[in-house]
Amino acid sequence: MDAALIAGSVQELVAAIPDGALLCVPRDGSGVAMAATRALLRGGVGNLHLLAVPSSGIQADLLIGAGRVAVVEAAGITLGEYGLAPAFNRAVRGARVRLLDATCPAIHASLQAAEKGLPFMPLRGLIGSDLVRHRPDWRQIDNPFGQDDPIVLLPACRPDISLFHAALADRQGNVWVGRDRECMTMAHAAKTTLVTVEEIVEFDLMADARYAPGTLPGLYVERIAVASRGAWPLGLTDRYPPDGEHLRLYARAAASEEGFARYLEEQVHGRRAAAE
Amino acid sequence: MDASTEELLIVTIARLLHGCRHVAVGALSPIPGSAALLARRQSGGRMRVSVLGSRQWSPWSNGGVELFDCAGQGRMDAFFLSGGQIDGQANVNLVGVGDYPTQQVRWSGSFGSAYLYFVVPKVILFREEHSRRTLVEKVDFISAPGSSPANVYRPGGPYALITSRCLFHFDKHRARFRLTSVHPGHEVAEVRDNTGFDFDLPEAVPVTAEPDPGTLALLRGEIAGQVADPYPQFAERLFGVPAAGRAAAP
Repeated sequence: MDAALIAGSVQELVAAIPDGALLCVPRDGSGVAMAATRALLRGGVGNLHLLAVPSSGIQADLLIGAGRVAVVEAAGITLGEYGLAPAFNRAVRGARVRLLDATCPAIHASLQAAEKGLPFMPLRGLIGSDLVRHRPDWRQIDNPFGQDDPIVLLPACRPDISLFHAALADRQGNVWVGRDRECMTMAHAAKTTLVTVEEIVEFDLMADARYAPGTLPGLYVERIAVASRGAWPLGLTDRYPPDGEHLRLYARAAASEEGFARYLEEQVHGRRAAAE
Repeated sequence: MDASTEELLIVTIARLLHGCRHVAVGALSPIPGSAALLARRQSGGRMRVSVLGSRQWSPWSNGGVELFDCAGQGRMDAFFLSGGQIDGQANVNLVGVGDYPTQQVRWSGSFGSAYLYFVVPKVILFREEHSRRTLVEKVDFISAPGSSPANVYRPGGPYALITSRCLFHFDKHRARFRLTSVHPGHEVAEVRDNTGFDFDLPEAVPVTAEPDPGTLALLRGEIAGQVADPYPQFAERLFGVPAAGRAAAP
């Protein structure tokens, strides 16, 4: 059971992600599976529908710049204090990705609908935003419990794959996400959840009252792989901070097509899978 | 001890926050963040300040979801928005310049604006660069609209717009900005020349009040130390707070 649950390598873990998958990932600092992203880039997967919960940085920029993404669904794509996302911006200018621009709570609400098994979720705000004009999948109705009260409905979003990185997992497949609880919603909503972790612990996370509330039950987890410092160069909550120097290096490199290609060669293809 | 432009902005924004119970600020907004921390001190600690992404100053335990639920319930009184473009009806554009979607200048995206602008009562627009490039007649993309038809649920919306040149308040009924004051050293004509939209103004436009020495000392002392936790680079540059001298959480 261990071998089935705990993959031998990150490369083996991401092999489960098929072409064209709706791939759901968390925001920077909340458990972004960067080692797994590099493994994905070393493989051939493409045509992805990338859903960021609710935003993404270097992870999205790398996948988009490498031409692996057909659809970008997010409330924001940015390198944060290191600037705009250069490869994403080039892809937008060149019409190489389809955009599903959203707002943070709309992404959360669509996943919450899926985790409850509901067809849709209503959300306040939105009316009059151009986001709505460009989202034919969102629909405005009149609140059936009110009078002349327009409200927008968002369809449930059921990702094919949720992929994130967490600190701990146990041998039952329980994953401790701690404060980064949007990862739980992502997993509840998805058909398949793949997780990389810093380490496997030898006790039952669900049996310990300190861990249990921040633990995603193994029920929702398809497979796990160990990736030490697996969020690098991003940080992992309560474990390690982002590597600012490297993120600055990336921002500079990705500013040009050539620099981006060089970064991909050196930092992704050049890093042997075994080293992840 | 003359106030710098940043200090003037911080103290002016802090004045706009008086009376708020809970103010939230973004992780990359050091001037509004400093203003919120100053206003909190001036409230005798009664005001709650949440800095998104800061471990010490963030009260949430349910990831990014709780912030929006909390705002939707009316538990957040003030928030800050910026925009690559802001227009005369207070529409905000965080998406890009040109025809969507193939925009030649693309920014990060709308983030929470299309929701928070509706539900937070006092949304303060903050954009340091005051030019016809940023303050435009009509935004190219409405991330979040400045006003809504009467039947749209909207307890919140734009309250004021502050730039490096002046302070405007937003008139909800006219859906227009009204010039409140120009900052010391700036002129009404200069504001008009650099603003892409038409706005209202009183016959005599006051000068934004400069910080008094007591407030400035408080800002440069106690508050500077607090600012260094969520905004270390800013605190070092503006107040000379060394990275090692960070204040502990209250």
